[in-house]
Amino acid sequence: MLTGSTIEVLNLTKSYGDVQALRGVSFAVNEGEVFGLLGPNGAGKTSTVEILEGLRTPDSGSVSVCGLDPQTSGAEYKYVMGAALQATALPDKMRVAEALDLFGSFYPKRRGTKELMGRFGLEEKRNAFYSQLSGGQKQRLALALALVNDPRVVFLDEPTAGLDPQVRREIYDIIEELKKEKKTILITTHYIEEAEKLCDRVAIVDHGKVIALGTPRELKERSGAVTRISVRLAKPETNGALGKLEGVTECRAEADDYLLYSTRVPRTIVALVKHLEEQNNELVSLEISAPSLEDIFLELTGRRLRD
Amino acid sequence: MRNRAFLFFSLIMPITFLFIYAGIFGRGRVQAVPYLLAEVLALTVMGSFWGLSVQLVTFREQGILRRFRVTPVGASAMLASSLLSNYFLTLPTIAIEFFLSRSVFHMSGLGNVLSIFVLVTIGTVTFASLGLIVASVTNTMQETQIINQIIWFVFLFISGATIPFPMLPSMVQAVAVFLPATYLVSGLQRSMIDHTNLPGLGMYLASLGGCAVIAFVIAAQLFRWEPESKAPRQAKLWAAAAVVPFLLLGVWETVNGDLRSHAMKNLQSIREPYSIERIEH
Repeated sequence: MLTGSTIEVLNLTKSYGDVQALRGVSFAVNEGEVFGLLGPNGAGKTSTVEILEGLRTPDSGSVSVCGLDPQTSGAEYKYVMGAALQATALPDKMRVAEALDLFGSFYPKRRGTKELMGRFGLEEKRNAFYSQLSGGQKQRLALALALVNDPRVVFLDEPTAGLDPQVRREIYDIIEELKKEKKTILITTHYIEEAEKLCDRVAIVDHGKVIALGTPRELKERSGAVTRISVRLAKPETNGALGKLEGVTECRAEADDYLLYSTRVPRTIVALVKHLEEQNNELVSLEISAPSLEDIFLELTGRRLRD
Repeated sequence: MRNRAFLFFSLIMPITFLFIYAGIFGRGRVQAVPYLLAEVLALTVMGSFWGLSVQLVTFREQGILRRFRVTPVGASAMLASSLLSNYFLTLPTIAIEFFLSRSVFHMSGLGNVLSIFVLVTIGTVTFASLGLIVASVTNTMQETQIINQIIWFVFLFISGATIPFPMLPSMVQAVAVFLPATYLVSGLQRSMIDHTNLPGLGMYLASLGGCAVIAFVIAAQLFRWEPESKAPRQAKLWAAAAVVPFLLLGVWETVNGDLRSHAMKNLQSIREPYSIERIEH
């Protein structure tokens, strides 16, 4: 087993009946790092996290968190970890402050209800029933509960799934704040943007396997540093000439736009303009974007990550 | 108290019964009140059977239990705390029923308060634990409700809690002596009417207590946190073990018991003229 990492995952496998959810997942997370598991629904992210949380037992492979085995360490392990689960709830008629008090009471070391409510913007809702909270408020409460024991390691399973973009950004800000506390955080997500914005390192998971691992920047560089040029033309181009322009490795037509993937952007642009002049065509719009994790995912799996 | 099902089965229903019983069957006769109150107390205690099982299944189905699972709280602690909170919510109801019996229906005396207290305490735990077992062996709320209904009707109608025991056909009586509910009802009636003390209720208390302990252990063993996990097949066999104390008591009762004669005597107390002597006994 690897040494010195806060979270170590080695060759995990897990099947549910005939479905192989995990097919040898391995990675390690360092102390104080924010680590992302990125992948489409059903890729095996939640299974991995729930094994780390001690909620599930792997068929084979091993995990260790802070040197403890989540499946066998019992309360000792529960003291060092905090979790915001997917598919969970609190009793409808439990109040916000009551929930924080109750969960805090389970631990010898705990953070104050008042401090947590302030931190997560829940003071106004302190006496609200759980059933009266909005999706974003419930999620903020879930994050506050994950921190109630001041854990060393925090697991956030799809912390922004199902929330609208504005609320999602709110949650990002809160997680950014947590980064400052030097907690070791494992986030699962199927939002590229989330992984790029929050994570120090990302493992891309697909069909129960880690297919790429590194910092968002490393992953982009590894993908061949292909820059995407998105152009819209006055007249459609159908003869495939765009793909033969200098520096272009690939060309796709998407609705009215053409996506050119280029390794040499300036030359490609010059060639494109020349080509359009010759064809009596015109450039309606042009957008250059550095490769995103979305592109990398597409490149690695041939599929898009979608909601 | 924020749970409507609980409110209904543990508070509103028993108190409604109190008014119906005392108003209709008692026809305002003061001497009938202790007998009827005992039945109402038994219903209150038996109400724990519903409240906790429904709550546990709701918590499991909504994924509330799994949130607790990532905390240091274990299954037994979860169950014990739900039993305890249920008990402390039952006590005020019992107090209200006594108060109403005294103030509205002019009942004199309180019966053997210690015996009643112990019966209510042990009985609440017993019936709540039985409910927890139902929650543990059923996979969906629908199943829970169906099984609860069946058991509940048995408890309700052939234990003496609604239809007086002596009025049941002897075949039914023979079955009833195997039910925990029968002993709860009989014990409460005897404490109310004859002021029977704790040693006098020894067999009843031991069986209720034994059943409570076994039921609790089984419920903790069969406890499931995850909404998608299913009850194992042998779980239902385990659940049956909870009734062992009452099989034993039932056999003993059938052979040399005095439950019938007590029940008859209790029922007659309604018709007997009011006597100061009895109350101060």
